[in-house]
Amino acid sequence: MEKEKLNCLKQTAAQIRLDIIEEVHAASSGHPGGSLSIAEIITYLYFKEMNVDPANPTWEGRDRFVLSKGHTAPALYAALAEKGFFSRDELKKLRQVDSFLQGHPDMKGTPGIDMSTGSLGLGFSTACGMALAAKIDNKDYRTYAIVGDGESEEGQIWEAAMFAAHYKLDNLCVVFDWNGLQIDGPVTEVMNPTPHDKKLEAFGFHVIAIDGHDFDAIEAAFEEAKTVKGKPTAIIAKTVKGKGVSFMENQVGWHGSAPNDEQYAQAVAEIKATM
Amino acid sequence: MAEKIATREAYGNALAEFGDKYDFVVLDADLAAATKTGVFKKKFPERFFDCGIAEGNMISVAAGLAAAGKVVFASSFAMFAAGRAFEQVRNSVGYPHLNVKIGATHAGITVGEDGATHQCLEDFALMRAIPGMVVINPADATEARAAVEAAINYVGPVYMRFGRYAVPVIYDKDTYKFEIGKGVNMTEGKDVTIVATGMLVSMALDAAKILANEGISARVINIATIKPIDRDIILDAARSTGAIVTAEEHNIIGGLGSAVAEVVCEGCPVPVVRMGVEDKFGHSGKVPPLLEMYGLTVENLVAKAKAAIALKK
Repeated sequence: MEKEKLNCLKQTAAQIRLDIIEEVHAASSGHPGGSLSIAEIITYLYFKEMNVDPANPTWEGRDRFVLSKGHTAPALYAALAEKGFFSRDELKKLRQVDSFLQGHPDMKGTPGIDMSTGSLGLGFSTACGMALAAKIDNKDYRTYAIVGDGESEEGQIWEAAMFAAHYKLDNLCVVFDWNGLQIDGPVTEVMNPTPHDKKLEAFGFHVIAIDGHDFDAIEAAFEEAKTVKGKPTAIIAKTVKGKGVSFMENQVGWHGSAPNDEQYAQAVAEIKATM
Repeated sequence: MAEKIATREAYGNALAEFGDKYDFVVLDADLAAATKTGVFKKKFPERFFDCGIAEGNMISVAAGLAAAGKVVFASSFAMFAAGRAFEQVRNSVGYPHLNVKIGATHAGITVGEDGATHQCLEDFALMRAIPGMVVINPADATEARAAVEAAINYVGPVYMRFGRYAVPVIYDKDTYKFEIGKGVNMTEGKDVTIVATGMLVSMALDAAKILANEGISARVINIATIKPIDRDIILDAARSTGAIVTAEEHNIIGGLGSAVAEVVCEGCPVPVVRMGVEDKFGHSGKVPPLLEMYGLTVENLVAKAKAAIALKK
């Protein structure tokens, strides 16, 4: 990737991290850990990969995105606000009664959200439905989804995987955010869903494993996915939960808790230092 | 004697018939032969997608298709569509108010021999508790066909219940007009009103005849749309007859009886006696003895009507 473009994406990812911290701190609630782990992936999707129009959020020809791990909505809201789907001022109202930014994504209330998610395991299937619709209608938009590693313990994830391969949904690209932690502890200790690569290959996916914080690797994976015919692509993105905030990194406790004022100030300072 | 057709047959035939006129797709979960979506599949194979035995995935896939602009029918047995996939119906379809039509067949004890695990008696309760969900339970093949077309033209989620068992055709295909949310007055009466749904409507008509022979004038109303329920016709019946009996092939908890009682309590309190499956699971057997076993009979309906009249002040 060109240095200028790379730098630009890095700055956007840092801004999205800043937004995530702002949102969760303002709400005194939310899920920072898994939001921070997908900052680069969601940045790449909204600022490089996907064809979307903030002025016309429901444009029929747009690429679709489903955040199957819906609790990491702060990352998605940040990307949508930075992209111009709605005002950045809204971010500070996350999870409040006078806001359209629900605790989990709401396609009816929030411009730019393609599917309401939050109950784990359901989003991947809805992305399959969107990809199938494109096939039925001979449209060339693509559908993207991000699934959590803990989320992949849900049986429906594998029902959806079966479906996507069976109907040869090569217009579907699913990212598994492998940050390794879930509420009760390390994913491999709570209920080990690995190995994702071999399982998804066995289900009929084209599988690409990457460092989910490396924009060059992310770009290469999404570009490769577009060349795959006859099967869906799964990108297994190794990430760090809480990435970018030292005291949140790889800490289970930051799955679903908000920073206090002191922690907030430190997090902001750390992220700003990278900008 | 009236011709008898299962409403699931009418459902499959209607999908195939309306497939020419409307653009929609149909999903099933390995039960196309039983739900009768197979009739549509045969005529429009490119618009039919089997999801295999994975009902939760099917409902969420249907939501994704609908979000991308498709009108979608998703079919399975009521037990699995409303039961197994309840949360997918609530969160993937109901919450975003997507244009998914759930065609749920083999509802109630008239599933027969397969028994309790397959005899869904809770679907009205589950589905009507979801905000914005339309719940339709046709009384016969004519109404089933009409309800399918109404569901296609309605924008939003619809749960439709169809039966496995052949039931009398009570409406004329050429003249019957179905409207979502409208109850239908079947007979006039002044002493009591039988509010029935599904296969119990034809039983209610038989019960009204028996009551008439005993000098009791019974009004019969068909409520095909369990939700949104026709408050006006129910309150009119409460005011004009002063007593109501409800009849349904569903648990007496949470279904038509509950819905009618809610309306009556709030609008015109009069006695409401509920006839249905009395908080029990189903059982294997042939349908006629099963109906006897669970009290879903014309005789019981007559007795309940008299009980409702006796409760009048």
